[in-house]
Amino acid sequence: MRFLDAAYAAARARWQALETSPIPVFFVGAATCGRAAGAGETIERLRGELQARSLEAQIIETGCLGPCSLEPLMVVHKPGAPRICFGTVGPNEAVQILRRHVLGDDPCAEWALGRLDPDSLDGIGAFADHPMMRGQVRRVLKNCGLIDPENVDHYLARDGYRGFLRALEIGGDEVVDAVRRAGIRGRGGAGFPTWRKWATCRETPADQRYLICNADEGDPGAFMNRSLIEGDPHAVLEGMLIAAVALGATQGYIYCRAEYPLAIARLKVAIAHMRALELLGDNIQDSGFSFDIEIKKGAGAFVCGEETALIASIEGRRGMPQPRPPFPAVSGLWGKPTIIQNVETLANLPLILRHGPEWYAEMGTASSKGTRTFALAGKVKRTGLIEVPLGTTLRQIVEEIGGGGSDGKPIKAVQTGGPSGGCIAADKLDLPVDYESLAQAGSIMGSGGMVVLDEDTCAVDLAKYFISFTQNESCGKCPPCRVGTRAMLYLLERIAAGEGQPDDLQRLEDLAVTVARGSLCGLGQTAPNPVLTTLRYFRQEYHDHVEKQQCAAFVCRPLLRHQIDAERCPGCTACIKVCPAEAITGLRGTPHVINQEACSQCGSCLSVCPPIYAAVYRTSGELTRFEERKRKAGAVVADALRPATESEDPEQWN
Amino acid sequence: MRGIEAASAVAEILSSYLPRRDNLIAVLQEIQDRHGYLSDDVLRALAGASGISENEIYGVATFYAQFRFQPPADHTIHVCQGTACHVRGAHRLLHDFEERLNIKAGEITADQKFGLERVACVGCCALAPVVLVNGTVRAGMKPKSVRGLLSQLGHAPNGTEA
Repeated sequence: MRFLDAAYAAARARWQALETSPIPVFFVGAATCGRAAGAGETIERLRGELQARSLEAQIIETGCLGPCSLEPLMVVHKPGAPRICFGTVGPNEAVQILRRHVLGDDPCAEWALGRLDPDSLDGIGAFADHPMMRGQVRRVLKNCGLIDPENVDHYLARDGYRGFLRALEIGGDEVVDAVRRAGIRGRGGAGFPTWRKWATCRETPADQRYLICNADEGDPGAFMNRSLIEGDPHAVLEGMLIAAVALGATQGYIYCRAEYPLAIARLKVAIAHMRALELLGDNIQDSGFSFDIEIKKGAGAFVCGEETALIASIEGRRGMPQPRPPFPAVSGLWGKPTIIQNVETLANLPLILRHGPEWYAEMGTASSKGTRTFALAGKVKRTGLIEVPLGTTLRQIVEEIGGGGSDGKPIKAVQTGGPSGGCIAADKLDLPVDYESLAQAGSIMGSGGMVVLDEDTCAVDLAKYFISFTQNESCGKCPPCRVGTRAMLYLLERIAAGEGQPDDLQRLEDLAVTVARGSLCGLGQTAPNPVLTTLRYFRQEYHDHVEKQQCAAFVCRPLLRHQIDAERCPGCTACIKVCPAEAITGLRGTPHVINQEACSQCGSCLSVCPPIYAAVYRTSGELTRFEERKRKAGAVVADALRPATESEDPEQWN
Repeated sequence: MRGIEAASAVAEILSSYLPRRDNLIAVLQEIQDRHGYLSDDVLRALAGASGISENEIYGVATFYAQFRFQPPADHTIHVCQGTACHVRGAHRLLHDFEERLNIKAGEITADQKFGLERVACVGCCALAPVVLVNGTVRAGMKPKSVRGLLSQLGHAPNGTEA
């Protein structure tokens, strides 16, 4: 069973050659997020500069290393020096790093996030000690950002496919047992023990079983699966092989959403490499195990993340869910026993098989084992893809890894689990992140999206946002979801518009219970969670909307009034020029006035009023909010391509 | 595209697929990739060639948000409505695009130059808010960058050519 030996030897040699490369190597994070932050321009400029100087060097496009707010990221291997990871490397920084660090002896400490190798270097700490990395344990993501995801040698050299070889060696029964002892639970949301689902599937007599990888990461605010596939596709594919051995499945499908073109491209390349290594096909290396994988592209339907709807979609039908039971593990794709597993669950399997279940279960809590990746986003200083042991507290994640609220504002709540999850108020931040604790707080672990909210986020508006999402994505099959979410949205819109009735909150709660209990699938059953949790933790805000027509976050537009402070306004006409309603009058040099009858409260005036004047202020109910007046520190750049940085004022956003 | 032309276009696409029902969505995606949208003629031709009724094909195609039944505009702007984008002001962005283009999300300008769409989430949450311009992600958008972006694409505020 040592059929990959030759491939391993070659891969290790190539990897070693890369690690000790006599010419400089630039690893540029070029996943979707890196590209969006400008990695493409960085690479282009770097390539041009290398050519112009006739320098021999290698540029490798990697996946995401995690600290997305610091992208584009670049790891630089300079022969004879430790590898250094640099952040916010635009084209100019790349050229500087080349000149000063690679060709000179200045390690460009101003952009360095840390070194990846143990050898010390003046002024550069270890990357693992960077505040964003310190609290993390990167197991599933161990390759992400460090290897070329389109080069299977890199994966092999770092023990790739050894878990699969082990699975072949020990056989299906033992694999199931290892997964049981590891204690892993599904990472897709519900947290069902993986081995138990497998056992059901194995017990069902059938001539054919299917394995489906659910890469239909539809939760808004979640991007863990995308990053993982883009950065280390083979980890997921190896996980599929292992699950297939355990289940006796012969055909696998990856259902990936069409919004992730790069992930799909990476999977295609990786599957081709698997074929070349004969890791797919009939009777793989005379083991008697046959397996093949096909990619199915989703077409933009959130409900297809639900198991039975996903199956319908793979079968080429409308993606509408079916009542369960029968569960897919008994009767799924084309009526055959089918196991649907989340991307991250699958990527955990090689680790369990390689290192053993005991090693795996070292991390986590009594009932939630292992590590978990989260997509940290929203109003937090350091956004990105992180991985922590289960049981880590929300506070550690948001404050230590995330660095606290963006712009130093206090955190109001953390939203976990997307539209199926809920908001957890700031005073609950010491909650350990495990399946049970989050459920107790009214939320769910969900797929791993974690969106941080601050005082500029309105609880009512957020609930309205999620219900409008689920209402829009409801497939329409069952009335509790179809009609119920619509009725909830109607009430929330009314409250947000300041037209709520005193008993609307009660009505909303009653409806929420009906929708949760009566809906056919997970979409409807969990849709009320965002409403119920915001009602639970921020009820006063709802009351203020209804009774005082007041939105303390200054988000709900019908409850806002924009005004201009005559003493602050020098009459620069900036607001007059942009007002789409032509509601502002005044001559240059005299204070301007907003005609409230004509004003649509769009906030354009607020966003253009120069911070040195900050003359536009807002009122809502009993509240008045002035913007802080600021001295201009350098020109404000209105550049669509530049990502928001920490220093920029998010004040203007609401 | 007329009937015969549509039939040969469909036949060409179908030739690379096994005649299985589960390939329907992939075939529709490829048709849209090549022709920009799903026209009546093409869907009729597909029904004829595949044996799946036109009714059934429409049923599937209209279920999924990805499929279009009108030709796309020259430039399509998708404003991401993900949670992270939402809390960082995506609603303002969408509103700004709507006002400047004078259309609502889901519509196309009269000159066919701009189409405005919402997208649930493109998974670039760490760089929110983002928009997709013809499929390319633009990160860290601000309301004041809307005008610049549109004029880069040749939009003139009063309908005059830029």
